[in-house]
Formats: sequence, C-alpha cells, structure tokens
Amino acid sequence: MKTAVIVFPGSNCDRDLAVAIRHVTGTGPNMVWHGESALPAGLGLIALPGGFSYGDYLRSGAMAARSPIMRAVVEAAGRGVPVLGICNGFQVLTEAGLLPGALMRNAGLNFVCRDVALTVANAQSIFTARYEQGEAISLPVAHHDGNYSADAATLDQLEGEGRVALRYAENVNGSARQIAGVLNDAGNVLGMMPHPERRIEPAHGGTDGLRLFTGLLEMVGA
Amino acid sequence: MKLRIVVTLKPGVLDPQGKAIHKALGGLGFAGVNDVRAGKLIELDVADDTDDATIDAMCRQLLANTVIENYRVERA
Repeated sequence: MKTAVIVFPGSNCDRDLAVAIRHVTGTGPNMVWHGESALPAGLGLIALPGGFSYGDYLRSGAMAARSPIMRAVVEAAGRGVPVLGICNGFQVLTEAGLLPGALMRNAGLNFVCRDVALTVANAQSIFTARYEQGEAISLPVAHHDGNYSADAATLDQLEGEGRVALRYAENVNGSARQIAGVLNDAGNVLGMMPHPERRIEPAHGGTDGLRLFTGLLEMVGA
Repeated sequence: MKLRIVVTLKPGVLDPQGKAIHKALGGLGFAGVNDVRAGKLIELDVADDTDDATIDAMCRQLLANTVIENYRVERA
C-alpha cells in the first residue's frame, strides 16, 4: 500500500508514524512537506501526524489546515482516499472542515500525557475492522487541546450514524460524550486524539495500535 | 485602516481558561466576580478600501473557528 505522511513545521510524531507504517506495509511512506501542492498518485492512506504544527498559533491545527498541501488532502478525501489524523492531525482535520466539531483546551487545563482506556465504539470502519465492537483497548494520549466539542445536534448525528469510532472509558479531557475519535460521513476520514503509532511493538508497552494499521491494510488492499 | 477583531467563545461552550482565571481571582481575594470568559484580540492593519465582505471572510475562514467562536469587528 502506497502511503503519505504530511509533515508540517512543528510536527513531531511524523517519524513514529512512518516507522509504524513501514512496520505494517513493508514500505516507508512518502513524507510530504506542507508547502507542496500535490500528493503522489495512488495513495491508500494519507496520515496527518501529531505535534504542534505552527506552534499551535491562533488555534491548534488552524494554520496547518490552511497550508498548500491541505487543498490536495481535502480533494483526495473527497475521492475516498483514507485519511487518518492523529492528535494534532485530528485538530488539523477539524480545522480543515473534513471532520465536524472542534478540539478545545482540556477541561482540567493540564497537558495530559499517559495511557488511557478506550472503547471501540464502531468496529465496522476501515480503520477499526480488526477490533471487536465494544472492545476495551489502551493507547497513550499526549495533548493539551483534546476536549472534543460540537453542538448537541451534531453529537446526536455522529452517534446516530455510528461515526464515533472511539470513546474514552474515563473522563480524560472533558470531551463531549467521551469522544476520542470520529469518522466523516463517508467513513474514509478518521480523526483521533490517542496515538496508535505508539503501540505497535511489544517493546512499546502494548500493541493495541497495531490492528488499526493492519486492518486498514487489509481493507484498502496492498 | 486599523481593525480589532474580538474573538469570543460562543455562549454555552465550556471555557476552561475563563474558569481558571475566575478561580485565581477568587484566590487573590477578589469577591463578587460572577463569571469570566477568555477570548482573544487580533489587530489588523488593512487597505482603506477593504470591504466588509472581505473582512468578514477573513474572520470566517481563519481568524475565528465558527464551530465554537463568535467574532466582532471594531474599527479603530
């Protein structure tokens, strides 16, 4: 599977993500700089990494969402190319309008950096096919702005359409309805605050993140 | 032409920073503060012939996230 990782100034999980993708697909991703205007052809995954793009200026993800490459990412997402945004990548996807809602400052105001218990709320998506519905997993989070917020009608719609992919099993950051990851309406864009790329090998302390990538590879095809 | 864009959280959106400031004011002994909401101020210096529609577009497309924020434009 041909993949791309978008690199913004201030991204800091891009290499972890590249290592995870190489581990699963056998091939390293194309690392695409934010200033590029086009993506390689034939991508099976576009991944937006964690970090602090543009120093979180204005709002987390706000500047990155307006960078030149994002026009190509939005266009590819519209064609059905799978897009995965992790942590800052999730913030960028909401700011770019690919996902509903916004990620605000954690309700407790603290930067939260620890493993959290999660529940797989939708195991039917291309990203979660290798998990069981309702399965309890553990992934690390490391964020200051992970407090998912949307109006009640949007939250009802997300839940009604099965677009909440992951929920926190505990109150981590004040997120509405404990939402940790959401899908777009077509199901090909996932944004999530936890870091699956940091749970790929047993030496990481667990492998609960691995199946996101192996499942996606199976669903999208080599 | 100088503009001040005042960006505030929409009513009802939880404001953790405002809450923390509120608590800190109480800690300093200031009584009678009913609520605190934190926002941001962005100052622009734009061409004098910049029309309102363009200013509004700047606010909607970048300066404010209208999912959670309101904005108002003040002319200096």
